Amino acid sequence: MVPGAALAFPRDHGSHPTFRTEWWYATGWVRTALGRELGVQVTFFRNRPNVAERNASAFAPRQLLFAHAAIADPEHGRLRHDQRASRAMFDLAGADEATTRAWIGDWSFALDGATYRARIPARGFALDLAFDPTQPLLLQGDAGYSRKGPLPHQASWYYSRPQLAVSGSVTIGARREEVAGRAWLDHEWSSEVMAPSAVGWDWIGVNLDDGGALMAFRMRDASGDALWAGGARRGASGTEVFGPRDVRFAPGRRWTSPRTGYAYPVEMAVRAGGEEYSLAPLIDDQELDSRATTGTVYWEGAMRARSGGRPAGRGYLELTGYGAPLRI
Amino acid sequence: MSVAVGDAGAVLRGSLAQNLARTLLAALAIALGVALGLAVQLVNRAAVDELTQGVRTIAGDADLTVRGPRDGFSEQVFARLARDPAVAVASPIVEADVRVAGSPEPLRVLGLDLFRAAAIQPGLFPEGGGQYDALRPDTIFLSNAARARLALDPGATLVLQTGLADVPLRVAGSVPGAGGQRLAVMDIAGAQAALGRFGSISRVDLRVTPGTDVAAFRERLAAELPPGVAVDTPQASLRATESVSRSYRVNLNVLALVALFTGGLLVFTTQALSVVRRRAQFALLRVLGVTRGRLAALVALEGALIGAGGAAAGLVAGYAVASAAVRFAGGDLGSGFFRGVTPTIAPDPATFAAFFVLGLAAAIAGSILPAREAARASPARALKAGDEETALARLRPPWRGLAVIALGSLLVGLPPVDGLPLAGYAAIAALLIGTLLALPALSTAILARLPSPRDAPSGLALAQLKGAPGQVTVSLAAIVASVSLMVAMAIMVTSFRTSLDAWLVRVLPADLYVRLPASDAGSLSREEQARIAATAGVAWAEFLREDHLLLDAARPRVAVLARPLPESEAAAKLALVGPALARPPGAPPSLWANEAMVDLYGFAPGSVVTLPLAGRAERFFVAGVWRDYGRPQGGVQIDRATYAALTGDDGVTSAALWLAPGADARAVREAVRRALPGGERLEVAQPGEIRALSLAAFDRTFAVTYALEFASMAIGLVGLSSAFGALVLARRREFGVLRHLGMTRGQVARMLAAEGVVTAAIGTGAGLALGAAISLVLIHVVNRQSFHWGMDLAMPWPQLAAFALGVVALATLTAVASGRQAMGADVVRAVKEDW
Repeated sequence: MVPGAALAFPRDHGSHPTFRTEWWYATGWVRTALGRELGVQVTFFRNRPNVAERNASAFAPRQLLFAHAAIADPEHGRLRHDQRASRAMFDLAGADEATTRAWIGDWSFALDGATYRARIPARGFALDLAFDPTQPLLLQGDAGYSRKGPLPHQASWYYSRPQLAVSGSVTIGARREEVAGRAWLDHEWSSEVMAPSAVGWDWIGVNLDDGGALMAFRMRDASGDALWAGGARRGASGTEVFGPRDVRFAPGRRWTSPRTGYAYPVEMAVRAGGEEYSLAPLIDDQELDSRATTGTVYWEGAMRARSGGRPAGRGYLELTGYGAPLRI
Repeated sequence: MSVAVGDAGAVLRGSLAQNLARTLLAALAIALGVALGLAVQLVNRAAVDELTQGVRTIAGDADLTVRGPRDGFSEQVFARLARDPAVAVASPIVEADVRVAGSPEPLRVLGLDLFRAAAIQPGLFPEGGGQYDALRPDTIFLSNAARARLALDPGATLVLQTGLADVPLRVAGSVPGAGGQRLAVMDIAGAQAALGRFGSISRVDLRVTPGTDVAAFRERLAAELPPGVAVDTPQASLRATESVSRSYRVNLNVLALVALFTGGLLVFTTQALSVVRRRAQFALLRVLGVTRGRLAALVALEGALIGAGGAAAGLVAGYAVASAAVRFAGGDLGSGFFRGVTPTIAPDPATFAAFFVLGLAAAIAGSILPAREAARASPARALKAGDEETALARLRPPWRGLAVIALGSLLVGLPPVDGLPLAGYAAIAALLIGTLLALPALSTAILARLPSPRDAPSGLALAQLKGAPGQVTVSLAAIVASVSLMVAMAIMVTSFRTSLDAWLVRVLPADLYVRLPASDAGSLSREEQARIAATAGVAWAEFLREDHLLLDAARPRVAVLARPLPESEAAAKLALVGPALARPPGAPPSLWANEAMVDLYGFAPGSVVTLPLAGRAERFFVAGVWRDYGRPQGGVQIDRATYAALTGDDGVTSAALWLAPGADARAVREAVRRALPGGERLEVAQPGEIRALSLAAFDRTFAVTYALEFASMAIGLVGLSSAFGALVLARRREFGVLRHLGMTRGQVARMLAAEGVVTAAIGTGAGLALGAAISLVLIHVVNRQSFHWGMDLAMPWPQLAAFALGVVALATLTAVASGRQAMGADVVRAVKEDW
């Protein structure tokens, strides 16, 4: 991939099957009619293993689809989570190239007009959500070209849709509740994101209370130091793009998973540009075990951001590579 | 009185010790029956367990399994099933037994969609290898058993041979959940490519959504699936798998039971004779106050002790034999039914207990008549000498025996029960038992009709036999049982082998036969066929396509053989049983069914039937029935042009070649192998070789049968001579009297020889007649119902004659030898005994 090529929409809402990995990653905070606050996450991954390109079989695993869905529920104390995996075949699973539409069986995430719709009938819970944009696209990095490592080709194409208005329903067990809230969507694709010495990354996407949007990430090496970092903040006055010097993650309190024994810095101090944010999770246990699909265990959780002692926004924190090194 | 009761036990112990040799022999017979029965059961159970475990591993936790022809069905069926709202998970599988380079046996290859199999078939999940190795089309994962058998470790190259092509695959890892199954797992797309099966799958395993009524859903699916594709529970596939070898297994079990029966009979002769010899002792016990019931119980207890000892020894021996058989001969006992499994013998307490009880029961049953006899005798009379004969007189009324024989003849007409010829087995048992019951009357009748010889010893012998037919009966029973079972088996096996040989000659008319190595995958293309036909020295080539269709989910697949079969040539080309019917005008194309199709699927000659070819139900007219010793699960033949037109498939799996005049078969064989790339892999054989191989396979299959039979017959005959010997010894006083009356030793010996000849001749004659009758039941009922093939009766006269003479000679020799021993030093003094 090369910088400078311009992204074009709606084509670039669709999938990019020649790239190795791609994801549509929606995370948000919703409030039920009874006032309960929940974190919700719906992700579709597309993966090109590049091992059966010339196989003429209808089953040839040229493209793989993975989906994760999770609800962070303080009453439950940990994630409700389900996942699916399939190769793209027949019309049973796939990712549309023309616009956002990824599906595995009856799980789907698709752009319908201007609205994204997620339909996730999962084991033990169900999500039926609409995400309406309230702001323009946020192209990350250099017009969507987001560097992830010291070498120029260690990069992804990446845009975000902050401040999506969420409506719809969340069903837990037999109890269906109407919900409303705010969400963040990332769509990112690449063939080589991680530098060989990188073991994982920390990432945040925060819908700021003032209507702004903050994204920051850092790639970590085995010693826990940042190999690379970046981000962006969009506010009323425009968009600041952050380079490696502008972003710093300082791990705070760690929570150790009773299931895997992995220790995650669930509280963080993040400096982005001139601002300092302190992050606190909705609940500690938001570890997501996706070994059955994407093969990793990571922490993906709803969190509150405070700045200058006051609430600044709500978003999601992603912590990968805290157990085994992450391989994409 | 209590002293006397205590002494009763001592008397019995004494008796057991006195007759140690005979008692040991009876126990040995029981041990043999138990050992054979247990070994057969253990080996069969282990093999079947391993096979069904394989079916279970592949079906996993599926609620339903959709299967079809062996070569697969359209993958669109899977796509439709996966979309069905009642289906939670649908896991498609491409499955084939494929030849592997360097291995004599095919390997089961399963092509999976891992993402779906993970939810239903966790036992098939591959392990090891690098990222994406489980998705690569050129990698394969071996179960531990397959890895051990093929000696291929991860990293090694495994070459699949499909048709004439080589498909090299890298062994990437293992399938730890597959247990002792010899199988390999790869990606479904890779499997389609490796096996040349694009567009087709072998099965779909389904898990339904919670709350779905599985039975109702199954019914709906059955109606929606294309013809030839059937849905059933995994249990039904298990039954189908088991049923392939079921008749064979039951046959072996019955044979083992025959050995046990012979053992029981031997206990009977031992006990009957010992009871006779101890009449005086028993009478004394009665006089001393031992009740009849107590006495009967004591004799039965003797039998039980023999049975318990024998059965215990039999359990040990049976387990050892089973373990050795599995180690050295594999789990199939030579039958070929269980290739591809490595069974382990699981010593399960219930089976052991069951065979112990069977052994015990056979011995107790053998003791019941003698026990009742011992109890019934009046002490006052029994205390006198010469009363032995009355003891056995009760065995004489013939009506019971005739009634049982009549019952047996009626049983012959009954249909199989659950696919097994249970009525046939019962008929054989009835004929045997009925004959034994009728034997006293029969021998009396025959003896009464024999003219009195002039020669004094012979005359005496005949008089003795006429006067004491009861004692003769005991010997006769042993002879008749042994001879009849041996004769029945010999006639059946000879008939089978003769019919098989004649059939092989009939179905192998060509000069050379060419086929692909045994494998589910691959066929010879039209071009390859042309090259074979054009080989120098080949005058005429005829090609055959073999297909395997699923007509009933609960049964094994049916073979379809498609070859050039114009109706005018059917009668000449097929081994028809019955007439070749002319196809009425307007009727669908002709089909010829083997006998199994008639029995199992009702493909009666003259009827119109359907076959699911290429996903469509095609109608055929049944124009005849052919004999087939190769496909007891069912097979049909149709014209290949019809098959190709209906399926669009003109690939073939074998060819028959007729050579040009003067062509050398050996040279043509090599030329055919060189005629096409990969041709060296073709198996080319002359009919004589195939015939020899088939007959060798037949003999191997019957090797276990022969062994079982021989063992029980040997025991029976040894028992017979021992019984004879005992009888002679019991007559020492009589010999003494004869010597007193002036007979020479030689004359006494001649008398005994005459008795032996007459007894053995009667027994052998009855045994031959009964054996012939039993063989007819074996041929026309047991074999037909078990394996669905007919055979023509062929009598092995020379063997029968030799066998009959051998039995008579053995009986005579035994009589003479025992007589010589009985007339030892003090036979004259023996007269004084009792007085």
